Amino acid sequence: MSEAGFDGGTAAIRYNFAYLDEQTKRSIRRAILKAVAIPGYQVPFASREMPMPFGWGTGGVQVTASVLGPDDVLKVIDQGADDTTNAVAIRGFFARTAGIATTTRTAEATIIQTRHRIPEEPLRAGQILVYQVPIPEPLRFLEPRETETRRLHALNEYGLLYVKLYEDIAKHGHVATTYAYPVLVAGRYIMDPSPIPKFDNPKMDMSPALQLFGAGRERRIYAVPPYTPVRSLDFEDHPFRVQEFTEPCGLCGSRGVYLDEVVLDDRGGRLFMCSDTDHCEAVRAGKGAAAEASW
Amino acid sequence: MYVAVKGGETAIANAHRLLAHERRGDPELPALTAGQIDAQLTLAVDRVMAEGSLYDRELAAVAIRQARGDMIEAIFLVRAYRTTLLRFGATLPVDTARMAVQRRISATHKDLPGGQLLGPTFDYTHRLLDPGAGDAAEAPAEADADGSVVGRAIDALGGEGLIEPDSAAAADAPGDLTREPLSFPADRPLRLQALARGDEGFLLVLAYSTQRGYARTHPFAGEIRMGDVEIEIDMPELGFAVSIGAIRLTECQMVNQFRGAGDVPAQFTRGYGLAFGHSERKAMAMALVDRALRADEFGEDRVAPAQDEEFVLSHADNVQATGFVEHLKLPHYVDFQAELELVRRLRREHAARASAATSEAAE
Amino acid sequence: MTGEPLLAATGVTRLYGDHIGCIDIDLAVWPGEVVAIVGESGSGKTTLLKCLAARLPPSSGTITYRSRDGAAEDIYRLSEAARRALMRTDWGFVWQDAAEGLRMTVSAGANVGERLMATGARHYGRIRSAAVDWLERVEIDARRIDDDPRSFSGGMRQRLQIARNLVTGPRLVFMDEPTGGLDVSVQARLLDLLGTLVRELGLAAILVTHDLAVARLLSDRIVVMKEGRIVETGLTDRVLDDPSHPYSQLLVSSVLQA
Repeated sequence: MSEAGFDGGTAAIRYNFAYLDEQTKRSIRRAILKAVAIPGYQVPFASREMPMPFGWGTGGVQVTASVLGPDDVLKVIDQGADDTTNAVAIRGFFARTAGIATTTRTAEATIIQTRHRIPEEPLRAGQILVYQVPIPEPLRFLEPRETETRRLHALNEYGLLYVKLYEDIAKHGHVATTYAYPVLVAGRYIMDPSPIPKFDNPKMDMSPALQLFGAGRERRIYAVPPYTPVRSLDFEDHPFRVQEFTEPCGLCGSRGVYLDEVVLDDRGGRLFMCSDTDHCEAVRAGKGAAAEASW
Repeated sequence: MYVAVKGGETAIANAHRLLAHERRGDPELPALTAGQIDAQLTLAVDRVMAEGSLYDRELAAVAIRQARGDMIEAIFLVRAYRTTLLRFGATLPVDTARMAVQRRISATHKDLPGGQLLGPTFDYTHRLLDPGAGDAAEAPAEADADGSVVGRAIDALGGEGLIEPDSAAAADAPGDLTREPLSFPADRPLRLQALARGDEGFLLVLAYSTQRGYARTHPFAGEIRMGDVEIEIDMPELGFAVSIGAIRLTECQMVNQFRGAGDVPAQFTRGYGLAFGHSERKAMAMALVDRALRADEFGEDRVAPAQDEEFVLSHADNVQATGFVEHLKLPHYVDFQAELELVRRLRREHAARASAATSEAAE
Repeated sequence: MTGEPLLAATGVTRLYGDHIGCIDIDLAVWPGEVVAIVGESGSGKTTLLKCLAARLPPSSGTITYRSRDGAAEDIYRLSEAARRALMRTDWGFVWQDAAEGLRMTVSAGANVGERLMATGARHYGRIRSAAVDWLERVEIDARRIDDDPRSFSGGMRQRLQIARNLVTGPRLVFMDEPTGGLDVSVQARLLDLLGTLVRELGLAAILVTHDLAVARLLSDRIVVMKEGRIVETGLTDRVLDDPSHPYSQLLVSSVLQA
């Protein structure tokens, strides 16, 4: 092949709908089905090398690509925001390779791919929430060996996780895990909910939406089917508690939502604002509309 | 009022424009062609093909240019392209005994049938910077690169039973770790696949550690050979295999001492390395690590990192490694916020305990 | 002895390639009985202990354990789940090196509480008070509950290991040279504690030791091993005062001379 011929060749490369070939997508869907059938169980899958780096959402992207249809409306968030660089890049990837509609509105999306947050607006039946997962194994930092952690899951031996909680309470008076807080799914498997703040954990419980988790580099898929009990680990006398913010969102005034702290100046000036940008905008738009209506 | 930062899309587009600009460099200088890279940065192309698991010199050269010479980025580009390729068959196993050798050396024999053939090597060069390197060079002497076919050196040891036999080809086709999830324990074909794709630097350092006593394997370089082998594929329509071309490979057979155990008498064992192109350091490191990973087969205690299959195979891939290390650049502010809140709380509680203790002491 | 044995080994052999671990061992332990396995190093006593404790499958022979419901089952034919459950509830294992039996980087309280949490305890306060109770029973100051064992002396680590094992009320404890490497005065205190606990709790125990004084203090019965085989077995006082096998005689006399 001559060089000119080659250069012409790359220009002619055409990718399949949503990048992956149909056979690969089918094999990933089989893994997803198995994951749905065994809630919280990590199903190994033949993760492909994607045109974005491992650790940057390749697992989530492969799951999304496999469940995506031409009529889907996709929302992609990172840190709760639609306009963070990685969210923009992934949304652009699907807009280009699948030509599907995208949105920033939680309510309008049929599939939401997320990194580190669950939207504030409750999800509804029929929606799919796809989580990007860096380390799928909740026991990984207690036991580095895959062969051993798989055995612990199989034998339902989770004492070690409680040792960790016990240590936190003994040392600090409360559990000192703030994100990627482990959960028990459907009373059987302990699962890493991906690095969402534990603030979001209660949203997973009995959610009407299907929750899928993709870890590309670690080659695992797992799932929480709709209406599945998801319990954050705790002790009876030290029940699970989420973060509480003393102030409301500085932009929209919402309370009971997760806030980002933004440094305004070097004199200690701080602003707390919604991490979920769509929620924040919707509240502000609603207030604006209400204000206009009252005029 | 504070306005949330917008415009990720514009920022990304701008960054990409700047990248393209930087990649081209000084416009006064002629642009590099992929052909030049292929012809003159041959070993870089070889490495990208080896760790990219795709034998295509032009694609590798294009990737190196696009990656501005960042080898891992180039490997990544080749891998991402490789994923999209259709599989239409598997070749027959290559027979390296039928290699047309460009280089062939054995450290275990002074001389051997076919002779020692140094070939194009950095060995024995004096590493003196030479601004003239790359200018026109004399034509090589004919005998120095004759491409003749010579048998493998350590096959001679096999006759006496002094060395373990080559493991028979598995009845089933070997697994494909780019198509099936790897699980542990992995078998040797899968391990070798992972090592062949593994990062040269990682394998080099692990191999080095075995020489320094972290799982010593008493290696001898039985043979290192580099040259071209034919690729054959079965044609069901024809009923026989046909050659579809040749590829350049580097093969390393390490011979390792083994004192025998149980029912097995003492004999030499093997570590094996094979890489696309002229990738000698990679093939040698791979052979040392392969042998170290066979610890269980020989009843050796697994005590060192190079013997730990799960550790080695889980961390050998530089595309995975760089992705995960570099993902720390992505925003993590939601989790950081959660940690911030926790640290503040712990400090408050600590201060409260300290002041309670002081007032208690004062009473 | 009357009734059924708690643990029974029949024809247990363990080989390492050409090397002999232990050969053709028949041994039974009854509820509440302490059996000491003695012999010099290399006699196969630790191999045998590991086989008995479900940590090393024998090359041949069977080992049965009588569970609380009275059924005797081959421990190597149990499912892995059942075997591991047995090991963390009904059995204990005290290692010579406390670091093998403890989690050195978590607190003493968590070390004691782990087995409770592994078997479903989910009340922090109750786990903690059980830990306090057990620390006191093994004579560790309860104020040390949040310290990790790295800051403990050798004797304290051994006592912590014992508490960690006994918290689930096991019926059988395996001990591998539990006093090895400790100072003589520390040894005496530990032996005294072990003797008291074993009697109070009615524990059965299998104790490997090269120290006949330890065997005399703790055990009801002695098994003498040499080159992988049992050469003599009998009540502790009888074997130590009137050994019948020449090797036992040598073993006893060498200790007496020392």
